Parts: sequence; structure tokens; C-alpha cells
Amino acid sequence: MFLVPGFIERFLHRMASPPHFYAITERLMPWLWGIFSLLLLSGLYSGLFLAPPDYQQGESYRIIFIHVPSAWMSLFIYSVMAMAGAIALVWRIKLAEVVAISSAPVGAGFTFIALVTGSLWGKPMWGTWWVWDARLTSELILLFLYLGVIGLYNAIDDKRSASRAVAILALVGVVNIPIIHYSVEWWSTLHQGPTVTKLDKPSIHVSMLIPLLIMAVAFKFYYLIAMLQRAKTEVLVREQNAQWVKSMTEQELAS
Amino acid sequence: MSLLQAFLAIVRRDLVLAFRRRSEIANPLLFFILIITLFPLGVGAQPKLLQAIAPGIIWVSALLAAMLSLDGLFRSDFDDGSLELLLLSPYPTSVLVLGKITAHWLVTGLPLLLIAPLLALLLGISERALGTLLLTLLLGTPVLSLIGAIGVALTVGLRRGGMLMSLLVLPLYVPVLIFASSAVDMATAGLPVSAQINIMVSILLLALVLTPWPAATALKMSIN
Repeated sequence: MFLVPGFIERFLHRMASPPHFYAITERLMPWLWGIFSLLLLSGLYSGLFLAPPDYQQGESYRIIFIHVPSAWMSLFIYSVMAMAGAIALVWRIKLAEVVAISSAPVGAGFTFIALVTGSLWGKPMWGTWWVWDARLTSELILLFLYLGVIGLYNAIDDKRSASRAVAILALVGVVNIPIIHYSVEWWSTLHQGPTVTKLDKPSIHVSMLIPLLIMAVAFKFYYLIAMLQRAKTEVLVREQNAQWVKSMTEQELAS
Repeated sequence: MSLLQAFLAIVRRDLVLAFRRRSEIANPLLFFILIITLFPLGVGAQPKLLQAIAPGIIWVSALLAAMLSLDGLFRSDFDDGSLELLLLSPYPTSVLVLGKITAHWLVTGLPLLLIAPLLALLLGISERALGTLLLTLLLGTPVLSLIGAIGVALTVGLRRGGMLMSLLVLPLYVPVLIFASSAVDMATAGLPVSAQINIMVSILLLALVLTPWPAATALKMSIN
């Protein structure tokens, strides 16, 4: 651990203990909300008003400011989930279990948003709501993987074993995602040949890239907020018999 | 007892158990044949159409038949407690799990291979594609058992895990389905299929090495 500065290591150690985690996230939350709304407003404003219309697609390309960051997040969150799962399996850190399972619904949400916005964009551009294109198909399969994780967690009563099951499944999934992705890509080019989706895209202009990146960072913050909020609730449920939860609720009731 | 002997003992035990309950071997096979018979009834009996979709039909049916049979992989051992004894034994669980998967494939995957020529005849798959179909089944069905074992191991402790297991396992079957059916497609058109076959071999090897380990971990999780 000599690569990690001491204060970060201490911070991580403290975050692994539920009461500290709860207190720190409670204090972080307003800041996260502030940064998120700032980024969201500036990203949306520069994306929807400042960025020029596309020379081919006109105004309807602007959906990428939602669509592309969501698609990025869908993969990012799955890998976070798998990493947290691996940590939970190896070191048995309760907080990693909580982070893994709290990420799943957020990731599923982003995957769903990416699919819906893609389909909304596809209607005017390709003339159809759905194409069995490689990316769409692998995104759909990713959604199924997320739903499998959520379903498995809810099916097992004992939440500690449920989290271990979810961690195993997430790791199996993360090994499989590249295989699925490339096989689907291979399949669709094999069956359909180059279609509308293979349009040679000109590399994106900087006036569109900046809002896109701002939105991507804003979505990361949204993920943090949503995941931490879920994690807080999950920690409270799991630790409901612990002393710190009792004294905290007593304090809240007294005030 | 050496590791290999332990492995073989598990395979032999499961085979003996399976042959004492022959209907359980026959059911997935009948299911496989039935689904394939349903397709001509559903989409119409034009030989051209059937021939075009035959690889897909056979492989989707094989996937579903494998799913259906998977539930029996650990179920009876879980119910009568012998699974706990397996986990307590001094041998690595992953090897024993691999033994169970092997036996399971021998009684559920291999029969699909034997019945496939008949079904290919029903769907009008050309003779030159028949060899490829059998080869893809030989390489693909073990992968179905191997990946499926993870899903069963995760859900064996649940009372109604069957539906959930299909949700967990079917997305992971996608690569096998794609490469197998496209290999048969290519063979029907008279094109070389070595690329697909090579990829299927590598998927099989990868699954052989990697899947017993998470399956064993998941079993330990399901037991306690």
C-alpha cells in the first residue's frame, strides 16, 4: 500500500466502517448535489443552446448529451459493481457489498435511459425505433445482466449471502461482457453488412465535445449521489440493531 | 484417492444415479424435439423458410433444453445433503463440481447430439451442413452446462430459483448461440467455418478453466 498516500489510506479505512461512512456521506451530500446541479445546468445550457446544430442531423443530434454519457455510465457502473464485488469477496468488507448492490439499480437505470434515448434518436435518423445493431443489442443484454443481479439479490433472504452471490455474478458478467460485445458485433456485421449505423462519423467538434464531457462528469456525480443515498439506506437497514443507529435515531427523535 | 480418481468417482456416481431415473434423461430430449416440432407449426411449413431458420431453431431449442435440465444438476444433492458432504471432502470443490458438470453433460448434452441428425432432416438442413451442426453441438453444449452450473449454484438454495436462473444464464449464452448458428449458416452456404469453430473451441477451453471456480464459490455461498 506504499503507493497510496497515507491520508487516503486512512480515509478508505474509515469509510469501511458503517458509522463513519454514514456520517461522512451525510456531510458530503449537499456538496455533491451542488456540484451536480452546477455541472448539469452548465452542461445542458451549453449543449442545448451554445453548441451549433449539426450539419447533417440538425437539432436532433442534441440527444447525445444525454444518450452518450448514459451509455458510458452503464458500462462504468457495471465495472464499479464488479470491482466492489471482488473487494467484498476477498476482504469481506461490508461497505463494498453495500456499494456493489446499491450500484445495480442506478446502472440499470442508465442502461435503460441509453436504450430509450437511442431509440428516440433512431426514429428520425434511421426511420425505425429499433435496429438489431451490435451496440444496441449488447446494451440490451447489459440491461438483462443488471436485472439478473437485482433479481438475484432480492431473491435471497439473507443479505450477506445475497451480496456474495451478487458479487460472484457481477464478476462472471464482467468477464463475459467483452466476449458478448465482440460476438454481437461480429454477428451483426455478418448478417446485415454495413448499415446506417456504420456512417463514417466526422470526429466531434470541440463546441460539442465540451458540453458532452461536462454532462459525462455531471452523470458521474449523479451516480455518486444516487448510489450513496441507496447505500446509506442499505447500511441503516443492515445495521438496525447496532448501537450507533439506535443513538442516532434517539437523537433525531429528541431534536 | 488421487484427484483424478475423486473426479471419476463423482462422474460415475452421477451417471449411476441418472440411469436409475431414466425419465429425467428423456425429458430434456423430448422437450428439445417438441420445441423443434412447434416451429414448423408456428411459422408455416415452407421448406425454404425452415431451411433458412433451422440453425437458429435447433440452437435456441438446445439452449432451452439445457436450461430445463440444469435444475437437476445440484437439486437432489442439495435436498438430501450430499452436497454438503462434497464440500466438506478434502478435494478442491471446483474439481468435484467439474465432475458433476461432466456427468450432467453426458446425460443431457450428448443425447442432443445423437438426436440432432434426425431433427436436421425434419428441418431440411443440407447434408454438407450436418457435420458442422454436430461439431457445434459437440463444442457448444458443454459450454451451456459449464456456464449454467454457475447459475444453478447461485440459485440452488432458493425455493423457486428456476425462473431467476434463466434470467441469469441466458444472457451469458449469447456468444455460443451466435457462433454456433452462424457456423451452421455458413456451412449451408458452402463457406468455410474454421473461424467460428476456432472461436467455439476457445470459448469451450476458457469455460472449462474458468467456470468451475465461481460455481464452487457460489455453491459454498448457497449452502450456508
